[in-house]
Amino acid sequence: MKQAEEVTKLSPANVPDEWFTFIEVDKTEAETVSRPSLSYWKDAWRRLRMNKMAMMGLVFLVLLTFMAIFGPMMTPYDVNVQDRPNQYQPPSAEHWFGTDNMGRDVFTRTWYGARISLFVGFVAAIIDVFIGIIWGGISGYKGGRTDNIMMRIIEILYGIPSLLVTILLLVVFGPSLFTIILALAITGWVGMARIVRGQVLQIKNYEFVQASKSYGAKSGRIIRKHLLPNTMGPIIVQMTLSIPTAIFAEAFLSFIGLGVQAPYASWGVMANDSLGAILSGNWWTLFFPAFFISFTMFAFNVLGDGLQDALDPRLRK
Amino acid sequence: MFRYILKRLLIALITLWIIVTITFVLMVSVPGSPFNSEQTSNEAIQANLEAHYNLDKPYHIQYLLYLKSIATLDLGPSIKQPSQTVNDLLGRGFPISFELGMVTIIVAVISGILLGILSALRHNGIIDYLAMGFAVLGISIPNFILATFLIQQLAVNLKIFPVATWSSPMHMVLPVIALATGPMAIIARLTRSSMLEVLTQDYIKMARAKGLSPWKITIKHALRNALMPVVTIMGTLLAGILTGTFVIEQIFAIPGMGKYFVESVNQRDYPVIMGTTVFYSAFLIFMLLLVDIAYGILDPRIKLHKKEGGEG
Repeated sequence: MKQAEEVTKLSPANVPDEWFTFIEVDKTEAETVSRPSLSYWKDAWRRLRMNKMAMMGLVFLVLLTFMAIFGPMMTPYDVNVQDRPNQYQPPSAEHWFGTDNMGRDVFTRTWYGARISLFVGFVAAIIDVFIGIIWGGISGYKGGRTDNIMMRIIEILYGIPSLLVTILLLVVFGPSLFTIILALAITGWVGMARIVRGQVLQIKNYEFVQASKSYGAKSGRIIRKHLLPNTMGPIIVQMTLSIPTAIFAEAFLSFIGLGVQAPYASWGVMANDSLGAILSGNWWTLFFPAFFISFTMFAFNVLGDGLQDALDPRLRK
Repeated sequence: MFRYILKRLLIALITLWIIVTITFVLMVSVPGSPFNSEQTSNEAIQANLEAHYNLDKPYHIQYLLYLKSIATLDLGPSIKQPSQTVNDLLGRGFPISFELGMVTIIVAVISGILLGILSALRHNGIIDYLAMGFAVLGISIPNFILATFLIQQLAVNLKIFPVATWSSPMHMVLPVIALATGPMAIIARLTRSSMLEVLTQDYIKMARAKGLSPWKITIKHALRNALMPVVTIMGTLLAGILTGTFVIEQIFAIPGMGKYFVESVNQRDYPVIMGTTVFYSAFLIFMLLLVDIAYGILDPRIKLHKKEGGEG
């Protein structure tokens, strides 16, 4: 009876403090995000993984790189040692991909070819990116007269048929891996520079860049923090697509007799060597280099397509 | 429009001049170059060379005279065949290469555009997937690989088409397929993506709302705008087809310019390499110029007074 009386007397004003217990709250915890944040790259990777073709390309290229490094160690044969009595052996337990017109092991030569192709492709692409970013970045960022002059130069270079100049350089300086890469790089960066410039032109007028500028950020900081990260997507896509171009160019040049010379073996050289063989039915000598050239280019192309979709934030669902 | 053409023409001339200069500098710096007498054994050839390149004069005079001979379309003698000049070789080989190139372009453009439209209209349908899968394959397989594959399957095994040479329409089928597949695939992909973009535009909805037939919308409204990007890459495609003819002519034993060019490269017949490079470059630059002008006429956004701004 007495207790009930007490309760009825209660009002917000006379609730005793000891009825309450304090929950300790960490003030900083309020700031943390409950779900893991999805950065641009994580999101891109998540979307790329959903693209089956692109992932197939990626897996193929990883395997190819692995075999390019370790493949030649798996066989007892040397790339260039000729074994005439054993020429044109079909694929067998001893020679997995058969032997060619000189009795050389096609399996071993294929992975040596992979080394050359991947090396040429990557190095040429990296040089393209390097020159392209500097040229396109300066041209787009400076704008005005500088941009005008730099773009006129690009327009002039654009008209130069790159493969012809490459052939000319190889004829003069002699075919070697170095000359091929140099020749490809001299003419290859133009496309990259155009893309970087276009991106920089667009991004430098966005509000967040203007805001950064109004806070007093210097050019260097703006370029490093805002312009480059935001152009990375198109640059990577362009790079994945310029690698197969370089690989094709190397194979093409090898095919017309201007490619890498022994002791190297490239896919183009192998394809050229086995032209006569297809008429006589020794299909494997042509099939393996042809398959790997085509499939490597295919893998880079589908990966590039996938990256293009994955790295474009506008296509985010 | 006139100023635009003039500007393009100027750029084209500068490009050509740079190529001619590069060619000259490279050839002069060749170790054991055609300009050194040890290279040639034949006296008649040596006499031809000296007369044409003025080898007794200093380099800068040689250069100016070389520019002059190019301006007058005299591309010089061959050092491997005494009675031949580069002009002779071009006169014989170029018409054949030109024919091959033109047929290839026509085939590539028509089939590429058709494939692209079909994919865009059946977006994400089975036809779209098939066509685009085919297109990626077409881009990925190098033309010389495709050529050897075609010869092996269709000429040697099935004997449907002749293996090589250039004498009847049947002889043209395989080389043209080998050359046209890559450009066709590129055109198909480009047409498809720009068609897809154009088809979402308001004026297409408007046309549909007006009750125009799908056929008319596609051809008259969508395609015309969707083809602009295709026009822009025609120059690059032409360059690709042109270099493609080198190997294709070699493989199919077609007596065109490309075959002579590869032969001259292998025999290190420097004057022929030089002359052909300059000729090919001039041809390509001229084609690029035509493409640019066509683009200027087709694209209403490029106007006489427009200040150069956007994509350079």
